[in-house]
Order: sequence, then C-alpha cells, then structure tokens
Amino acid sequence: MSSTVTHTGPRKFHLDHEPHLPEGDSTMLGFWIYLMSDCLIFAVLFAVYAVLGHNYAGGPGPKELFDLELVALNTAMLLLSSITYGFAMLEMARDRQRQMLGWLAVTGLFGAAFLSIELYEFGHLIHEGATPGRSAFLSSFFTLVGTHGLHVTFGIIWLVTLMVQVTRTGLTASNKRRLMCLSLFWHFLDVIWIGVFTFVYLMGMI
Amino acid sequence: MTSPMQDPNTSFLFGRLTFGALPFHEPILVATFAVVALGGIATVAALTYFRLWGYLWSQWFTTVDHKKIGIMYMILGVVMLLRGFADAIMMRLQQAMAFGGSEGYLPAHHYDQVFTAHGVIMIFFVAMPMVTGLMNYVVPLQIGARDVSFPFLNNFSFWMTVGGAVIVMLSLFIGEFAMTGWLAMPPLSGAEASPGVGVDYYIWGLQIAGVGTTLSGINLLVTIIKMRAPGMTMMKMPIFTWTSLCTNVLIVASFPVLTAVLVLMTLDRYVGTHFFTNDMGGNPMMYVNLIWIWGHPEVYILILPAFGIFSEVTSAFSGKRLFGYTSMVYATVCITILSYLVWLHHFFTMGSGASVNSFFGITTMIISIPTGAKLFNWLFTMYRGRVRFELPMMWTIAFMITFTVGGMTGVLLAVPPADFVLHNSLFLIAHFHNVIIGGVLFGLFAGMNYWFPKAFGFKLDEFWGKISFWFWVAGYWFAFTPLYVLGLMGVTRRMRVFDDPSLQIWFVIAAFGAALIAVGIAAFLIQIAVSIRDRKKNRDVTGDPWQGRTLEWATSSPPADYNFAFTPVVYDIDAWHDMKANGYERPLSGYEAIHMPKNTGAGVIIAGLSVACGFALIWYIWWLAIVSFIGILVVSIGHTFNTKRDFYIPVQTVVDTEARRSKLIESGA
Repeated sequence: MSSTVTHTGPRKFHLDHEPHLPEGDSTMLGFWIYLMSDCLIFAVLFAVYAVLGHNYAGGPGPKELFDLELVALNTAMLLLSSITYGFAMLEMARDRQRQMLGWLAVTGLFGAAFLSIELYEFGHLIHEGATPGRSAFLSSFFTLVGTHGLHVTFGIIWLVTLMVQVTRTGLTASNKRRLMCLSLFWHFLDVIWIGVFTFVYLMGMI
Repeated sequence: MTSPMQDPNTSFLFGRLTFGALPFHEPILVATFAVVALGGIATVAALTYFRLWGYLWSQWFTTVDHKKIGIMYMILGVVMLLRGFADAIMMRLQQAMAFGGSEGYLPAHHYDQVFTAHGVIMIFFVAMPMVTGLMNYVVPLQIGARDVSFPFLNNFSFWMTVGGAVIVMLSLFIGEFAMTGWLAMPPLSGAEASPGVGVDYYIWGLQIAGVGTTLSGINLLVTIIKMRAPGMTMMKMPIFTWTSLCTNVLIVASFPVLTAVLVLMTLDRYVGTHFFTNDMGGNPMMYVNLIWIWGHPEVYILILPAFGIFSEVTSAFSGKRLFGYTSMVYATVCITILSYLVWLHHFFTMGSGASVNSFFGITTMIISIPTGAKLFNWLFTMYRGRVRFELPMMWTIAFMITFTVGGMTGVLLAVPPADFVLHNSLFLIAHFHNVIIGGVLFGLFAGMNYWFPKAFGFKLDEFWGKISFWFWVAGYWFAFTPLYVLGLMGVTRRMRVFDDPSLQIWFVIAAFGAALIAVGIAAFLIQIAVSIRDRKKNRDVTGDPWQGRTLEWATSSPPADYNFAFTPVVYDIDAWHDMKANGYERPLSGYEAIHMPKNTGAGVIIAGLSVACGFALIWYIWWLAIVSFIGILVVSIGHTFNTKRDFYIPVQTVVDTEARRSKLIESGA
C-alpha cells in the first residue's frame, strides 16, 4: 500500500540514533499561536466597541472627551519603544549584552511613559465624570484601552524579569528565545495600539 | 452608581462570606456534604496510612508525562460525571413528581442551581476533561513522539482544569451556584437579577478552567505540527490525530472569545459597566451572540475527537483500512470551518430578520453534508470487513444509529420557522442530549474501552462492559425520546412544576430512563473494579491486543516513560499495520540515552493559588485576592528561573525496560 514511498532494499522502521531536536524548537510557533488567541480577545473587544461605541446614554461622546494631542504623544511613546526593542534585538544578534540591556531599559522607560500618560488620561476622564459605568460607550472604551494597557504592564514586568535573567546567566539560547518571544509580544501590542488609535481615537473625532 | 467595592455589608477579613453561606437549612445538601466529607476523610486517611502522599506528589501530581496527565484528566472526568449525573437524576425525579399540585421535593432556588450545575459540569468538567484526556494520552503515541511540545504547560493546564472544577464544587457547600442556566445569559445573570455569589462562582470556575483549556489547545496543536515521527506527512497522520488537530484549532480560536465575554460580564457585575445591561446603552444580545460564537465551536470541539475515535475503532475492528481517509480529513476540516458560521441558529428568535436567519439556517444544514459523508465512510469501512463485535465496536454502532437521529432532529431545528416553535422546548433538550450522549459520550466509552489496555496493560472486563453498554443505550432512549414528544407538544425547558396531568407519564418514562443510565454508570464502575481484580487474566502482553493499525500499538502496554525506545519511521497511514505487514522486528540492541523533561510542582502551586484568588474574588475578600494574585506572579516568574528542566534516561534503564518487555512478550507467546 505504500506506493507513494520509493525505496531500495528493506525499509527501516526506526531511526538508529536519537533525533536531536534543538531545545525550545516549538516555542516560537507555540508563542505565535498564543498571540493569535490573544488577538481574538482584542477582536472581541473591538467588535464590542463597534457595536456599543455610539451608545452614549446621554453622556459625553468622543469629541468632548478625547485629547488627540495627548494621544499622539502616547502613540509616539509606544512606537518609539518598539523601535528601541528592535535595536535591542539587533544588539542581541551581535551578542553585545550590555548594549542590549541598555536598549531594553530604554524600551521599558518608553513603555512606562506610555502607561503613565494613559493613566493620566483615564484619571482625567474619571475626574470629569466619564467613568466606565457612565455609558456603554465608556464601558467599551475603558475596557478596550485598559486591556491593552494591562498587556503593556505585563510586558514591562516580563521585560524586567528577562533583564534580570540575562544579567544572571548571560545571552544563553533560552534567554535569547525568551527575548524573541517578548519581542513578538511587544510588537503585537504596537499593532493592536495602531488599531485602537485609528478606530477609537481618530474615527471618534470624525 | 454602586459597585461591590463599596458594599457596606462586607467585612475586611471575610468579604461577604458569613456563616449564613453554609447550607445548614437544606437537608439534601447537609446529607451530601456528610457523604462527601466522610468519603474525603476516608480517602485522606487511607492515603496517609499507606504512605502514598509522597508517591502521588512525585509520580502523579507533578508529572509532565502526557500519559499520566491524560489518565488524570480521565479520572477527573469520571468523578465529575458522578456529580453531573446526580444533578440529572434529581431533575428527572423532580419533574416526574411535580404534578397535580405537588411541588416536588426541590425548592425553586435549589432546582435552578441543579439544572445550571448539571449543564456546566457535564460540558466543562466531564466532556472537556475526558476529550482532552484521550487526546493527551493518544496523540503523542500516535505520532511517535516522546511527549507533548510543552510538558510543563500540560501539567499546568490539567491543574487549572481541576481548579475550575474545585471552584464549582465549592459552590455546593459554601454559598450557592448560578441559577441562570448553563450559559448565564444576561440580564438574568447581571448584578441586579443575580446579586448573590452564584454567577460569580460560575464566572471564576470557567475562567480558571478556560486558561487550562486554551493552553492545552495550543500545546497539542504545536505538538501535532512539530513533533510527528519522520515520514508522517499531514496526509499520513492517523485520523484521530487529524480530528484532534482540528479540535485544538477550534479550542485556540474559540476559547479566547469565552474568556473575553466572561471578562465583560465580570466587569458588569463587579465594576458597574454597561455591556449587557438593559440600561445606559448596554445590549444583552451582544452577550448571547458572543457566548454562542464560542459555544457552537465548543460542541464541535467535543464531537470531532469522538469522530476520530469511531474512525480508529471501525477500521481496527473491521480489519480494514479506513474507507475514504482523504474525504474524512476534508470532512473534518469542513466541519471545523463551518462550525464558526452557524452560531446564530441558537437564537433565531432574536429577531435578526429573514435574511440573516436564512443564512445561518442554510450553513447549519450544510454541516450535515460532511457529517453524512463521515457516516458513509464508516459504513463502507465495515462493508465486507471481518467485523469483530468487541466493546469499542458496539459503542460505535450504537453511536451510528443514535447520532443519526440526533443529526436529523438538528437539521429540523435548523429550519428557522420550525425553530420558532421549538426554541427552548424539551425538543431541543432531547436533540442535544441525543448528539452529546449518542456522539460524545458513546465515543468516550468506545475510546476508553479501546485504549484502556494500552494505558494499563490489561483489557476491560467484557461482561460488565456489555451490561454498562446496554443500560446506557436503552437508558438514553428511554430518557430522551419522551422529551422529543413533550417538546413537540410545546413543553419548555427548565420547568419545575407542571399543571397538565396528561404530561406526567412522559416524565415518568424519562425518569425510568435516567434510572437505567444510573445502572449503566454503576456497571461501568464495576467494570473497572472487576478488570483491576482480574487483571492477570485480561493481560495484554503484546502491546497490540486489538490488531491495531496505528503507532500507539507498536509500543508496550503500558508504554515506557519514553514511549518508544527508537523513534519510529512512518511510510503509511496505518503505520503499525504497515510495519507488521512488512516483517518489522523489534530492535533489541543499540539503545541510547533518552532526553526527557523533568517533573515540577509549579503547575499545582499556581493552580492552587488561582483557586484561592477565584474564591476571594467570588466572596469579595479583596486582600486574599491581591495576595494570591501576587503569589501567582511570583511563582510563575520564579518558575522561569528554574533551568533544570530536563534529564536523560540512562541507557541502562532503557535496556532494562526493553528486556522486561521482551520477557513479557515471550511469556505470552
């Protein structure tokens, strides 16, 4: 029945030697699939925002609430953090640990700046009475943007953890793999933010 | 604007948990608690007396071996089946009694929890663990791998599933469970209509288990893609591996939706947002849509592996290659895709209009085409085969008959005008039990009887297996045919008392059916006990008791820790059959040390902390929630600092293990 396999002589039904799979061979694929599942969570939040985003319930709408200049600054922080993470990866490829750690630290600072501005914006909105419980629009706005912010928070915790690990054990294969995973995660959050910036903030001002 | 954070009735230390939460006033629960407590104490005492704690911890709880984790999933499923079935028989009894002015024996408050818990437990903590357990056990063996891609994650996923089950079980004795039906639809499940802890138990139980399910889906998906034996191309994978692949794609693509929608519901209940409320711009139908976007793929997550089991069983017990392997694969993939395009058929009555309803009605009916193709493939596999009517094959044939009826009533429900009449009626209940019992559950029994000798080295007892089989099948028909009849007469689901005395006879017949199923379950437990007692008689020394065709039968029963002493090379769909037909001889020398992952306790600990965190959130014990959440972070980060995660099984161990197997094979020859 094995007409598809051509072979000469008796077939070998097992490998003579243990196949050596490189450690963490599946990690990048696994992490990528995880990111796609995370992406679906955001897809749901975007869909909810699309459905409920105009239900102001007599409360304030985007035009009264959003400060585009502040959001532009915030977006710049996050995009810059992605660039500096890219620089860190370049240094990692050259095995220059100190420079890489330096760029990672800069990335973390940009991330923290992004979060601070976001928290300032949230605080400001809540102070004006635009709380998550005010309307379905604000519920979905705070949840979508807040979920992204929460991801950035965990990204920063992860970043610090990896910096400690690299400091302790150097640029080992497993540390490099972890840094690559975080790199995917960090850029993924950037992509999500571009969606948020476009669909929530820019289109909200039209 | 009230949010639970400012609730004045909560104390700092215990949140809203008081002695009033303990159900002293419900004699049924007190008695259940007494039984559970006595059983628990007896188990703990026995484990302590026989000094088994250390063994359990080091060999089972912390294991990363996919085989042991698979077995633990099955045990969880069977234990929870008993709980879920207890709920079922309580419902059947209540409905059979509550006629002619009688209130039955269950107060409304209790009855509503019973039907909710029954649905939640049967889907999330019986069907899901058992399906995951079988996939976990069988898939790595079928693809010739030593373990899954992420062994630690596998252990962690299992314990998160257990964590969810623990949360749901806690609700039985501390507080209450949701009284909303198994999908907790708002606004009924919102903070106004359900202010108690019931829905919160529901939310956190499912969230914790959901983390486990999603991660296990990613794990198995990557395992199947990356770890197949050399030569095993996608179109040479065993069909069960194919259906597992599709199921795990569905898990990864649908469980995040459940997670998200439950988060939104949580925010509505805890923070006072307005996603699914009736006021302030919220939209309850948004929840219904989202939960079914998860919920419909979920039923295919359950049935696809069952289809895979039936395919393996039919082929093995007909002594033939599976008919139409390629069409089987394409049918499975079609079902996978279509399962995303039908969710609205669960609520045609929403009022989305004729065009939308027609679209979803038609997509639903289209699913019956690949499913029908599968049935014909099984029939043609049996055609002119030498069919051996062993237990797995009996379950398969019962499935073919039962499931076909369920499929036809499904197509009937897919007709929107018919659905307007039958929506939320007992006809629907009969339909989905028809496909879930007749499909998933029969599949699980076929799978358990089929792979049990692989996992434990001896076959299951045939006599008690047949008793279990006949009582289950007859019980199913007695229990659910009356519900079809009642549904057509317009009786709606979830009723506690009835006025029309002419209906009673049908409920009595249904209760009789449930009693038959009870015998079936008891016979299954006896079957396992008797099989363990007679294990020497039913010993499988060859590793291939059924003349199997796929790779799991190439190794010993039970397989060694490393599964295969040498990684197999695959040339054919039925790899093991091909090896046997071409004079394969087991290699007896040239062993090498085998690289394996190491056990770790991190999974148990993180899952335990998650249960504490969930419990704290349910009862508004904020300090405990914060502490346990920080604990989760610390343990997770700490685990990443553990670099000693692997070891080598020394050559001598492999040599000894394989020598023992040679002896065993000789003893049977």
